[in-house]
Amino acid sequence: MEYAAGKAADHVKPLLSHESPASVVAYRGGRAIQAQQFLADARQLAERMPSGKHVLNACVDRYHFAVGLAAGLMSDKANLLPSTYAPEFVRQLAQFAPDAFVLTDQAHCDIDLPRFRYPRDLGERNPRCAAVGPRGTAPYCVPQIPQEQVAAIVFTSGSTGTPLPYQKSWGRLTRCVRDGASRLGLLDGRAHTLIGTVPAQHMYGLESTVLLALQSGNAFAAERPFFPADICAAIVAARRPRALVSTPIHLRTLLAAGIDLPPLDLIVCATAPLSQELAREAEQGFKTRLLEIYGSTETGQIATRRTADSAVWHLWPGVRLRSDHGQVYAEGGHLEQATPMCDVLEITGEDEFLLHGRTADLVNIAGKRSSFGYLNAQLTAIPGVIDGAFFLRGGADLDGGVTGISRLAAAVVAPDLDAGTLLEHLRRRIDPVFLPRPLLMVERLPRNATGKLPLQALQALCDRDSPEPGSPQGSS
Amino acid sequence: MPDKAPLVQQSAPPVDVDLEREIAALFVQALNLEIAPQDIDPEAPLYGAGLGLDSIDILEAALILSKQYGIQLRADSPENHQIFRSLRHLAGYVAARRTK
Repeated sequence: MEYAAGKAADHVKPLLSHESPASVVAYRGGRAIQAQQFLADARQLAERMPSGKHVLNACVDRYHFAVGLAAGLMSDKANLLPSTYAPEFVRQLAQFAPDAFVLTDQAHCDIDLPRFRYPRDLGERNPRCAAVGPRGTAPYCVPQIPQEQVAAIVFTSGSTGTPLPYQKSWGRLTRCVRDGASRLGLLDGRAHTLIGTVPAQHMYGLESTVLLALQSGNAFAAERPFFPADICAAIVAARRPRALVSTPIHLRTLLAAGIDLPPLDLIVCATAPLSQELAREAEQGFKTRLLEIYGSTETGQIATRRTADSAVWHLWPGVRLRSDHGQVYAEGGHLEQATPMCDVLEITGEDEFLLHGRTADLVNIAGKRSSFGYLNAQLTAIPGVIDGAFFLRGGADLDGGVTGISRLAAAVVAPDLDAGTLLEHLRRRIDPVFLPRPLLMVERLPRNATGKLPLQALQALCDRDSPEPGSPQGSS
Repeated sequence: MPDKAPLVQQSAPPVDVDLEREIAALFVQALNLEIAPQDIDPEAPLYGAGLGLDSIDILEAALILSKQYGIQLRADSPENHQIFRSLRHLAGYVAARRTK
């Protein structure tokens, strides 16, 4: 049996690290999918996909997404990972990559790009796949992908009105994920199953479900369970050792749901800082340890902490932080060059730091990142809007409920528009989690003498117009 | 497995205006919605463009339904928000499944 990955030259990295063709790569609907079949599916998809070099991989099923990712790697297509499918964002994406097409596994797809449907005849029922079992005629040959090949392009909103692309090379992505697998204890020779509540299209979901499994010889569950009862059912169905890859929101709802929590062997959490209290509750509830991951779109994952025990983050092997004139940079390890960090970080040791929050312009709602600059640019680009600004409402306890999410508010000067029309426009431009609650229609914004908008003055607008049931705000 | 079949068949659940009002009031309060409960169109979609709920709201709403009515929602995927097709549909679902 040939195992090409073992002979990898320095300039390439294997698509997956499963040593045997019968190693399980994924579980889908309770059935194991072996490495051999995964590669056969990916090869077939690579042959059938359109010729464009950019694929917007929108597959909801995590296995389909992984096959799309692998097919892209085999045929030198970059997977596009936008932060939202809002029509205006997709339009800008099409300008960035005119040959882009959508790979979808859904009958209905709203994304306005040429569409390629994930072939339903790939997989188990395909006679060509059935012919290549562990003892079949086809050798187990793991594709070797050039390290410098662009595997994915991740987009952030940027601080102006234009999305910013970040190219992720295969070499850096895989190094980052392998270092992470070691830190998470997934390279102990046991076959772990990763269950994700995050989409594979999110940078964290991409790294910590699909790529983590592929690069550590483990398996991921194809399903993306959503409601607490779904998540618990998916955990129970998974073989042990099993890890839940999740977010503070999902953990909080799981713990609040009042249902029996099945035991886990690891919890991984990212997207927003987790409180020590919630981390401890999760560890007790699921009878395991919880490791929180710190990362960013620009750097990928670079640190972990055992949140229940300590607030201190520990950097990935080889990654270092450096402060220069108040700006903190990350460098070394999988990072090609010194990368400025968007968060406020305090370096506390050679490979340790504390996270003190985000820089003023960044917005993170439910793990989705944007910037006030971007959101304001989208708001004021709407015909009829004279002035407008997004802001955070004062006091996180004003809303948020059990999931603990604080929403944005916005004040807008648009005498000829009503709030409903304005919201319709915004919905086409920005992700729904950023839609303002409340949206305040005002005569003018409380700008000071220098034209700036003091946050307190904006928050005062909210208090003045605090919602009265029966009188929806902003209806002019 | 999520029991979706009754949802599909239940195209015209019996209307219970009081229950609709009650659920609407719970949602408006918990999700900080800027609409009065009685102004929610019982036939309009709760998710997306209708009432404007997003997936985070749906998680919150699921918790309300479990605490208030003892219902644990299940779905194949987050995209499968059939239960939230409309307030009327949801109220019909709650009436049929509530354990408290």
